[in-house]
Amino acid sequence: MKLEILGTGCPKCKRLYERVQKAVNESGIAAEVVKVDKMEDIIAYGVMKTPALAVDGEIVVVGRVPSLKELQSIIKL
Amino acid sequence: MFKAFADWLVGTVFGMDLGTRWGEAVHFFVWDVTKILVLLSCMIFVISYIRSYFSPDKTKKILEKISGVKAHIAASLFGIVTPFCSCSSVPLFIGFVEAGIPLGVTFSFLITSPIVNEFAMGMLFLAFGWKIALTYIIAGVVIGVVGGIIIEKLGLEKYVEEYVYRMKTGEYQDQQLSFRERLVFARDNVLDIVKTVWPYVVVGIGIGAYIHGWVPQSFLEANAGPDNPFAVLVGVAAGIPLYSNAMGTLPIAEALIAKGVGLGTALSFVMAVTALSLPQMVILRKVIKPRLITAFVIITGVAIVFVGYYMNFMSTWLL
Repeated sequence: MKLEILGTGCPKCKRLYERVQKAVNESGIAAEVVKVDKMEDIIAYGVMKTPALAVDGEIVVVGRVPSLKELQSIIKL
Repeated sequence: MFKAFADWLVGTVFGMDLGTRWGEAVHFFVWDVTKILVLLSCMIFVISYIRSYFSPDKTKKILEKISGVKAHIAASLFGIVTPFCSCSSVPLFIGFVEAGIPLGVTFSFLITSPIVNEFAMGMLFLAFGWKIALTYIIAGVVIGVVGGIIIEKLGLEKYVEEYVYRMKTGEYQDQQLSFRERLVFARDNVLDIVKTVWPYVVVGIGIGAYIHGWVPQSFLEANAGPDNPFAVLVGVAAGIPLYSNAMGTLPIAEALIAKGVGLGTALSFVMAVTALSLPQMVILRKVIKPRLITAFVIITGVAIVFVGYYMNFMSTWLL
């Protein structure tokens, strides 16, 4: 599974990145967590509000930082 | 409730005499800080909850369908309710321009959005009541609409960085949030804002308490009262280089207005701080050229000055 965190480095983007990593570690699922901070790539997803989270190329969260619990359920899908 | 708390803390715990200058100033400080932080949190929570129903994508889709002055007004109104922070202004700008939304309409959104934010709305309502909060919101919309129309008429599209037009925007499925998720969003937003602004609020109220107790009314009234048009210009010019998070300017503005500074003078300063901050321009520089940034600053600045004059003119009715 590939988890991409879209954001240009705002505090919320960092928080989402850390929380996703934590969710991955705690659930023990093998996943690759990547930061996407290049504007072209963020725009290519059509995202206009950061931070956003993409799971295997599919946008699942836009413009907010979900709770750890919500992230864990997203990852388990 | 907050006054009782301040009475108890300052009078009983600190053992200060509320009749003295110091006692009065500390009392005013404790009262104002507790009152503003608690009520502000509640208001930001409600506004954030409402805002969770809006998104830049929905705004974009609606704006694609309208044109002319109506589009400017709609963009400006959506600027109020669409949750958006300055770090998102670049992807938002590209997304709007890519969708074929005119440059001026995009600017109507970008000008109003930072001026009318949940903090300013909450703070003005608490400090001055609904009349002034509403006037401020209308002022933010008027500045956005007029500024956007002028930018449109000037035909400044060539000053948008070329790469913006070459970008490919994707499309994704917008998800519906549950009630719980919206509450979490609103709660996090309150925590984020309060965490960032509380030192400014405390310092602002501290300065306000100082002005309250020590600076004579006649001095401010004579130098920065509603009848001094020059004070508005100075206020706006001084507000531009200040950072957008310096929202502690509002509590200072509150104290200044109470001491005789013109309503429009103080609020145009606040608008200049929020709408024309240097960090915002640095971010926008990634997508637009200096000429357009200059035009944006001049047009918005002049619009704010006029709104300041208007509010000074109307201040006897508003206060």
